Amino acid sequence: MTRALRIAGIALLAFAAWQALVTLTGLPRFILPGPGLVFGTLWTSRALIAEHAVVTATEVLLGLGLGAVLGFGSAILLAASPLARSVLRPMLVFSQAVPVFALAPILTLWLGYGLWSKVAMALLIIYFPVTSAFFDALMRTPPGWLELARVMNAAPSRILWRIRVPAALPGFASGLRLAAVYAPIGAIIGEWVGASRGLGYLMLLANGRAKIDLMFAALIVLAVLTLLVHAAVDALCRRLWER
Amino acid sequence: MIDAPALHLSGRATIGGTPIFGPLTLEAPAGEWTCLLGPSGVGKSTLLRLLAGLGEEVVFDGDLAAGDGAPLQGRVALMAQSDLLLPWLDATENVALGARLRGEAPQRDRARDVLVRVGLADHAGKRPHALSGGQRQRVALARTLMEDRPVVLLDEPFSALDARARARMQDLSAEVLAGRTVLHVTHDAGEAARLGTRVLVMSRDGLADVPPPDTRPPRPFDAGDTLAYQGKLMRLLMEAV
Repeated sequence: MTRALRIAGIALLAFAAWQALVTLTGLPRFILPGPGLVFGTLWTSRALIAEHAVVTATEVLLGLGLGAVLGFGSAILLAASPLARSVLRPMLVFSQAVPVFALAPILTLWLGYGLWSKVAMALLIIYFPVTSAFFDALMRTPPGWLELARVMNAAPSRILWRIRVPAALPGFASGLRLAAVYAPIGAIIGEWVGASRGLGYLMLLANGRAKIDLMFAALIVLAVLTLLVHAAVDALCRRLWER
Repeated sequence: MIDAPALHLSGRATIGGTPIFGPLTLEAPAGEWTCLLGPSGVGKSTLLRLLAGLGEEVVFDGDLAAGDGAPLQGRVALMAQSDLLLPWLDATENVALGARLRGEAPQRDRARDVLVRVGLADHAGKRPHALSGGQRQRVALARTLMEDRPVVLLDEPFSALDARARARMQDLSAEVLAGRTVLHVTHDAGEAARLGTRVLVMSRDGLADVPPPDTRPPRPFDAGDTLAYQGKLMRLLMEAV
């Protein structure tokens, strides 16, 4: 309750500062509209914004889900097999040298203007953080546990699934938390490069028509969406290993 | 009832060319409690790890065997200084960990019986974070018992406990591990004086066999002969290089 009050207080303060900036500098509304105008637009255009927000949310959640599954699998493969490590790890690191943003036009070319090119962008942007956070955690199992398991004549696959994976879940969770914030970036970039739906598309459209208030309204919804996804992932992760 | 073999190790060990111990010869009699006492850094733990089949980083030049000639692999249980409990499993599941890791059916009933034996009947469903240091080390002892191996290697398992919990753990361990071949690495002269049927003092020069009092362990911590023997061990430790 006090936390909610505090957050509301901070938000109010930020909006007051925003309004003060607009009033004091006398900036025209097509450069920086005031919060009153933006929230007014947010309310009057709620159906339009909601329609596009659903598209972006779908892209983000699909990208996040697929990226999490792929990252989980890749990290396990890398941790379980020295061969996979020696072959795939350099490739993985090299792939990070290619800016993901630069791939957006190619993805749009391959996967079209629809949902999947954006899902692929979100997936690509989160794949590395998820994989590397989980992989690092898998390789840092306390040595005492591994030795105990060996003295108990445990099979390597059981050591992996019974000890290394559960011990590394907090690392996987921190990767997922990062991913929750990164995934919307991927989806928006994808929409900017080529889309007919989604908040990123709506922002470009509003910008082109000098509807800066609509642009800001979409931006606020995007920020709230990102916060919600992050909070959901955080809650899920807590349940994941605190059972 | 337990067919416990003697332990034999003779040779020298190095890590990356740096000598760790030896040459020395260690004999741990079958079914007896041998304490290996010495200051930090003389290679006690390395020696124990070799017997446990661990320590790939160690180059060991010599031989290492069970008295009956059969391999030690699969006949050894290890209890370390840290309890090594898995925080996401409760006490019962931690005790039954070995079966789980070998893909055998977990014997939850037997695990609970063993927990009763170490005095943790009321804590079977608790996770490690809800237990005290002494209770956690009891769970580790129960896990060691659950493995039911004839050879038990103890690597300073009580050194992190307070004096009272330590004395209780010593009594309990002496009771429940009786009949097995125990090799107990410790740097605590009092502990060796209470528990060892054979006490070896390890220094850079090798091993010195210091016969303990004739009484059966666990010896009372306040008995005259135990205290005198503890003093003698302490003297040897202080004079060792």
